[in-house]
Amino acid sequence: MNKLSIDPTNGACGAIFVAAGLFFGYQSLGQEIGTAFRMGPGYFPLVLSGILIVLGAIIIFQATRTAGEPIGAIAWRGMFFILPAPIFFGLTVRGLGFVPSLFVTALIAAFASQRMRPGTAIIVALALTIFSTIVFSYALGLPFQRFGPWIPWVGA
Amino acid sequence: MELFDNLALGFVTASTLWNLIFCLVGVLLGTLIGVLPGIGATATIAMLLPVTFQIGDPVSSLIMLAGIYYGAQYGGSTTAILINMPGESSSAVTAIDGYQMARQGRAGAALATAALGSFFAGTVATFLVALFAPPLTKIALQFGSAEYFSLMVVGLVSSIALAHGSVVKALAMVVLGLLLGLVGSDIFEGTPRFTLGIREFADGLNFVAVAVGVFGVAEILRNLENEHDRSVMIRKVTGLMPTRKDFRRMTAPILRGTGLGSVLGILPGGGAILASFASYTLEKRVAKNPEEFGKGAIEGVAGPESANNAAAQTSFIPMLTLGIPANPVMALMIGAMIIQGIVPGPDVAAERPALFWGLIASMWIGNLMLIVLNLPLIGLWVRLLTVPYQVLFPAIMAFSAIGVYSVKSSAWDLYSVAFFGFLGYVLAKLRCEPAPLLLGFVLGPMLEENLRRAMILSRGDPSTFVTRPISAILLLAAALVLVVVLLPSVRKKREEVFVEEDA
Repeated sequence: MNKLSIDPTNGACGAIFVAAGLFFGYQSLGQEIGTAFRMGPGYFPLVLSGILIVLGAIIIFQATRTAGEPIGAIAWRGMFFILPAPIFFGLTVRGLGFVPSLFVTALIAAFASQRMRPGTAIIVALALTIFSTIVFSYALGLPFQRFGPWIPWVGA
Repeated sequence: MELFDNLALGFVTASTLWNLIFCLVGVLLGTLIGVLPGIGATATIAMLLPVTFQIGDPVSSLIMLAGIYYGAQYGGSTTAILINMPGESSSAVTAIDGYQMARQGRAGAALATAALGSFFAGTVATFLVALFAPPLTKIALQFGSAEYFSLMVVGLVSSIALAHGSVVKALAMVVLGLLLGLVGSDIFEGTPRFTLGIREFADGLNFVAVAVGVFGVAEILRNLENEHDRSVMIRKVTGLMPTRKDFRRMTAPILRGTGLGSVLGILPGGGAILASFASYTLEKRVAKNPEEFGKGAIEGVAGPESANNAAAQTSFIPMLTLGIPANPVMALMIGAMIIQGIVPGPDVAAERPALFWGLIASMWIGNLMLIVLNLPLIGLWVRLLTVPYQVLFPAIMAFSAIGVYSVKSSAWDLYSVAFFGFLGYVLAKLRCEPAPLLLGFVLGPMLEENLRRAMILSRGDPSTFVTRPISAILLLAAALVLVVVLLPSVRKKREEVFVEEDA
């Protein structure tokens, strides 16, 4: 095998661990380290960061020697729609209120599937919103405002 | 006798009308989500965890959580048998012979065997928990910081041993988990660490958000990679009752599985997977008809299912007595207890006997409900399998969002869900298991606290961990596990084991 070839899966994996170790290590240095007798807030995380960097380096080293499995299919469409769904809910649940915010959240998530047709998505989102409003808001009495201040014309 | 007094207290606590209802709802919800293909027990519990926080009383809430656990596990076996899609590695073994039985038209018998085996194993293991938890608690009360530290190291190392794939990666996941667990205010001095200036993270990352992200969201993304039709060949399950011949064949495997599972479940680091696999191997070895295994042998369902459930039960022992999670599910339980204001550990049995014994009694009640409920309801569960996935996952996302937000009403927790969903998915693609990360996340703060306290007590002398006998033995055990896993011969064997399990 060529000396410079790196297995992409394991190479990326090791790089992530090294990067995480560097991040936590750098942040720990900003803390008081203390001594082994009286450890400061930075002591233990600094040690862990060092270990993480070493482990990441070992993984990268191994990646140059053996080829791993291929990464396989990646759910691009899934990530594009699934990950923004909770973020949207977080951004709007106070402003829009529980009911409209949840409806849009479910609608966004629904489009993550290639098989979803717009009509079905709206029906699914609507059914979910009605169900959740009855169960979480009315039955369990969670303290969510059903319609928020951004849409004052819907009497809350 | 003290044992019976305690059990009586437990049953009185667990069988109040409301607690019975919570247990029932938990079992139902757990089965409902657990039966959805591709969603394992850990993901199910992570998603339903926030629902249990809506109950004010911690006892009821933990009882419901335990119910969810059993339901989810049973749901996982159902999908393993009916569509050969185990939600979790511990039911992967069941799929081998269970699915073959289903193809031969004996799905009913396979499901009933799984249920009966689980119930028997659950009953025995519950009794074992009641028997062994109190003396272990007494030992645990003598533990100092050094012993706790060493014990947690054992737990973390064992979780590595039982993770799939590379040992180095699993070790790195543990360390990353520990670091993530340290986000928030320093316990001794209160200075904020790694919060990136975000005030909402001062109490640490929300455990529920991390769990939902790493297990729930990441799992949905994996399922969306290639969408294809699931074939449910069994639209109707008939012949639920095993024949007399079946009963004769399943008795010995159930007994052996129970014994094996009870012992292995106590081991920290995921005994249930090991137990079901060990039981399958054992049954195959002692069977008079080993060639039938893999082609629908009832022993191959009865043994592993009993072992699996017994281990699930006895894994409560280290959690209840020491506050150390033996697997990701127990890590979720501990997270739930902490949110409810209970510090898990040896003091729980002494200070909150009703909670301690109520939980133990509810284990048995939960198992009973499973068998009473699920066998008649099996038709409903089968129909659920035919619901298309594109309808299910928006629902899961919506409920997770509501659930996570309801814990603290913090929008940052929802951003964490997205972040950890992404991180969990990327790491899963890079062949890193999420379980060690979650275990590290839960143990991080406790590990640091005990390390720092032990070092203060020893005036900065690290030899305290090896001069105190119990601590030394524990560390030796951890080192031994690590060495054994790294041995080339064991490494090869381990790969074989997991390959077979994945098949």
